[in-house]
Amino acid sequence: MSPRSVHWFKFSSPSTFYPVAGKISTVSAVIAVVLIAVGLYMSFFVAPTDYKQGEGYRIIFVHVPASWMSMFIYVVMAGWAAIGLVFNTRLSAMMAQALAPTGAMFAFLSLWTGSFWGKPMWGTWWVWDARITAELILLFLYLGYMALRSSIDDPRRGDRASAILLLVGVVNIPIIYYSVQWWNTLHQGATIKMGEQSSMDETMLITMLVMTFAFWAYAIAVTMARVRTVILERERTTTWVRELAMGER
Amino acid sequence: MTEQPALEVDKLCCVRGDRELFRDLSFGVDRGEVLHLKGHNGSGKTTLLRALAGLLLPEDGAIRWRGESIRSLREDYARHLLYLGHLNAIKGDLSAVENLRISAILDGFEITEDRAWSILGEIGLSGHEDLPTKHLSQGQKRRVALARLLANQATVWILDEPFTALDVAAVQMLQDVIQRHVAGGGIAIITTHQEVAMLGDQTRTVVLGRHHA
Amino acid sequence: MLEALIWIIRRDLTIAMRRRADIFTTLIFFVIVVSLFPLGIGPELDTLRLIAPGVVWVGALLASMLALEQIFSADHRDGTLEQMLLTPQPVSLLVVGKVLAHWLVTGLPLVVMAPLLGLQYDLSWPGLQALVLSLLLGTPALSLIGAIGAALTLGLRSGGVLLALLVLPLYIPVLIFGAGAVEATVSGLGGQSHLAMLAAILVGSLVLAPVATAAALRVAED
Repeated sequence: MSPRSVHWFKFSSPSTFYPVAGKISTVSAVIAVVLIAVGLYMSFFVAPTDYKQGEGYRIIFVHVPASWMSMFIYVVMAGWAAIGLVFNTRLSAMMAQALAPTGAMFAFLSLWTGSFWGKPMWGTWWVWDARITAELILLFLYLGYMALRSSIDDPRRGDRASAILLLVGVVNIPIIYYSVQWWNTLHQGATIKMGEQSSMDETMLITMLVMTFAFWAYAIAVTMARVRTVILERERTTTWVRELAMGER
Repeated sequence: MTEQPALEVDKLCCVRGDRELFRDLSFGVDRGEVLHLKGHNGSGKTTLLRALAGLLLPEDGAIRWRGESIRSLREDYARHLLYLGHLNAIKGDLSAVENLRISAILDGFEITEDRAWSILGEIGLSGHEDLPTKHLSQGQKRRVALARLLANQATVWILDEPFTALDVAAVQMLQDVIQRHVAGGGIAIITTHQEVAMLGDQTRTVVLGRHHA
Repeated sequence: MLEALIWIIRRDLTIAMRRRADIFTTLIFFVIVVSLFPLGIGPELDTLRLIAPGVVWVGALLASMLALEQIFSADHRDGTLEQMLLTPQPVSLLVVGKVLAHWLVTGLPLVVMAPLLGLQYDLSWPGLQALVLSLLLGTPALSLIGAIGAALTLGLRSGGVLLALLVLPLYIPVLIFGAGAVEATVSGLGGQSHLAMLAAILVGSLVLAPVATAAALRVAED
């Protein structure tokens, strides 16, 4: 075994990861606050008014990064699930579990802001646009994962069952996305082109990137904080958690 | 021949929910031996049997069949194995003959209808072979399940409380069957609350959960 | 190996034939759901003709999903499922057998019944043909995909509702191409490409779903 892999497996143990997660969480939280402040300032005051869509377009600075994050987090969860199934490591399942609420939140945020954007642009709160529909299905997938997770009492069965579900989901997402696209073009439904304006201003692009990084930092901070509570809950019978609790008392 | 036992349990640890049932459990069983698992209720006997059958993934440690982990052998190990749990694994809508023949096919060999009838007669179910098993009594259902022992050619028998619901005659017959199997080079791993001194002197005993008692 | 597959199909079909009432519950559910829509929407044939493909397909989808819960539960309860995991046969092959038997009992009757329901909605002759063909390709895929969900929720408290939550999002592509095939045929565009997509989904799920189901069953029996 190479020294590298020893190192890696050392951090895959919940007891070693617990303090590391705490540090990562704090650092990311600070970064998130700074970036969100900068990003919001830029979206409201620096980015120019869109000549076609006016001021309402500014919601895309939240909408687009949130959509990206919701998709990305699902793939990351599936990655953790695969690692957990192959190597039987407890921490990977905990990571997937900790990521899920954040992913679901971003999916919901994306739908919410999409609907807010739709009202002034199209005059309705909901448009059966391909991307919004796909996002809705993604939210269903998140909810299904969390529902399965919470209805299995035995943590080991819960880990493995929900990991299988995640992998099935990640195989299906491209098919779902493609079929929804097909359905949408066939019915000539509304197509919203967000963030694809004819002239994407450079400051708009930078603002969007800042917001994306801010969401990244937020997701990491929240996930790490959540994984710490998951670790404590799952490992409550072990000696290291007992010692930790005694020390903090 | 090496000294390695045919079925070897190495530092096994099993967890149910939050509770650790046993840790660092090691023992071996060889051909021609009976392993009698003892322990109070909840000490993990059934869990250990399910782990030995390969149904349950242990938290830690390894189970080896002829030196290879049963997790990598999977179907090759299943070929040598017969597991009989608390549940009889028989279909109430099917007759005893149908049940026996289907379980044989799934175990990888075929038995003729005549053979199935003669096995069921041997195990004391004459006259009930053709009835849907849902109409049989508990003890008779158990006998249908146990008929697999007579049909099967597996080496390792894992039997979870095989004597429950059986009458005296059936208990005696089952003991004979187990003894014959072991004498012929088989392995039997059983849990039971009954005394099994009569299983012969080739009996090993493993006691679980001693430190809790 | 194929022998085991044939025997498991025979076994499940024999059991199903001995309790025939179960087959009809799924079918009756399908008929009732589809018949509810005209009552909710109104009897104008123009509207009904328009929604027919979607309604019949959604009805078939819900009916096949409701039937799914039983696919492994009886075997789980009486212990035959754990025995299936312990045979020298590949578990995914046995899963294929069980799903196929399940489809023959619950899916095929839906396909046979669908044209009658289509007539209620005044669907044209080519439309009825496309409906049968699309259901013939689509419902086995639904059973295969749904079996994963059934295995994952085996023995859980909120089994039925949870199963729906897990499986329905995965059914969406089948629904889109299935209902789309009928609609495209009715409108004269031709449903061949939809049917080709359905066939592709069927093949894909035949290859992948049994593997996932087998893994889920091992977890459920752990």
